Amino acid sequence: MSVLTPSTIDEVLAHLAERPEALLLSGGTDVMVEINMAHRKAPAEVVALRRVEQLRLWRHNPSSEGTGGTVTIGSGLPYAEMEHGPLAELFPALAEAARTVGSPQIRAAGTLGGNLGTCSPAGDGLPVLFALDAIVHLRSIGGQRDVPVADFMVGVKQNVLEPGELVTGVTMPIRHGWQGYSKVGVRNAMVIATASACLAMDRDRGAVTLALGAVGTTIIRCRDAEGWLAGELDLSAEPLDISDAVAQEFGRRAAADARPIDDHRSTAAYRGHAVGVLSSRLLRRAAA
Amino acid sequence: MTQEPIGSPEIYRLQVNGESHDVQDAWLGESLLYVLRERLGLPGSKGACEQGECGSCTVLLDGAAVCACLVMAASATDADIVTVEGLAPDAALTDVQAAFLDEGAVQCGFCTPGLIVAVHHLLEHNPEPSTLETREALSGNICRCTGYGRIFAAVDAVVASRADQAAR
Ligand SMILES: Cc1cc2nc3c(=O)[nH]c(=O)nc-3n(C[C@H](O)[C@H](O)[C@H](O)COP(=O)(O)OP(=O)(O)OC[C@H]3O[C@@H](n4cnc5c(N)ncnc54)[C@H](O)[C@@H]3O)c2cc1C
Ligand code: FES
Ligand code: FES
Repeated sequence: MSVLTPSTIDEVLAHLAERPEALLLSGGTDVMVEINMAHRKAPAEVVALRRVEQLRLWRHNPSSEGTGGTVTIGSGLPYAEMEHGPLAELFPALAEAARTVGSPQIRAAGTLGGNLGTCSPAGDGLPVLFALDAIVHLRSIGGQRDVPVADFMVGVKQNVLEPGELVTGVTMPIRHGWQGYSKVGVRNAMVIATASACLAMDRDRGAVTLALGAVGTTIIRCRDAEGWLAGELDLSAEPLDISDAVAQEFGRRAAADARPIDDHRSTAAYRGHAVGVLSSRLLRRAAA
Repeated sequence: MTQEPIGSPEIYRLQVNGESHDVQDAWLGESLLYVLRERLGLPGSKGACEQGECGSCTVLLDGAAVCACLVMAASATDADIVTVEGLAPDAALTDVQAAFLDEGAVQCGFCTPGLIVAVHHLLEHNPEPSTLETREALSGNICRCTGYGRIFAAVDAVVASRADQAAR
């Protein structure tokens, strides 16, 4: 076994070109559990990313068209940096999701790069990336690919990452309008989602996006509920006026888009019900 | 230009509590928790779950409070690592440790080292945390004995005594 600790993206890509099967190690909060519990055969080669400062940065990309522009977040930025401060103000939904991950110790280490690498349907970063139409940036020695997150995640713990590729970061548009993330689990701290949902208003386009976690093989975007709501109401208005009937119907449509299963954490019936309740509550919060 | 990988049975070096330690002939997949306890003779950090759930292995890695069981030791060769043994020189007690004893915040003691590190980290960044902030900051440290009341009382006592000293 060998462990490499490069300090630039170019060095990482050079290592990966020589050893395409090497295991990337970011915060280690998924990888080390598997190694400690011997669920994962010890990797022959590890490329550790903790020294790569470039991956821990984020930047605002202003736009020429008078919209809010976009933000690019490095794959190695720990969740702790998303919970408060300027990034939390730009993406309140990401801040809310980050705050629900594990515990402070997990959030000090865990990253979006790792959440995307693992690609669990219960990953808390992923519904936010789906609701905000994030672009995932992939690099290898051969070049760069930019993949919409909905095309990046293709199944339970499955993504389109090729050997030799590194997720360098994600880019998301800054939107006008309320956004938030909700999650249910068996308790408040240190819990993997039983069901989760991210809702983001887009006042400039008069639209809403809703993404569901832990109720399908991938994160699910609720196109039906989104389109229905935009047809019912003027979503560029502020404040929004959401009646109980509209909130309920929105939740019902969201639940109908879910494809939950029974497993050791919960039942399909509970998950479907919960995700509908979360969706209509999020909509009520958007109008409050 | 690619660097030579660390490959067993070579030596790698860790900076722990201000001292440089050589780790020799170790399997490179070992967690920092294992290396601290079994190879460097620093058994202060405790291992209960080895999957990040309990916090009894909490250490400071470049100033961040993390679970040592989730750090691959061989990837942390450049990091500044502080364990519970490194919080005070020569086995003296820190004010947080003394408060845990005074308030009876220790029963079996298994969770204590991780909590001590987490409380030091909290108060360094937030000298007067609200009750909610303290609960949140310690939510990754599980104690099955005390019911947490005395642990929070110990934190309050440290906050009060530090504020008192600063006022003098
Ligand atoms: C106690 C505990 C509680 C947890 N609670 C939650 C929770 O509430 N919500 C949640 O979503 N997750 C949770 N997790 C899981 C984990 O913390 C997250 O999935 C986290 O985002 C993983 O990030 P990491 O940097 O630690 O990943 P790592 O463990 O370093 O890597 C995970 C995977 O991603 C790959 N990878 C890492 N970085 C890159 C990159 N830049 N490019 C390509 N591939 C990469 C790795 O090769 C590996 O396959 C928990 C874990 C623990 C131990
Ligand atoms: S032993 Fe590391 S968190 Fe439990
Ligand atoms: S004192 Fe026993 S676990 Fe906390």
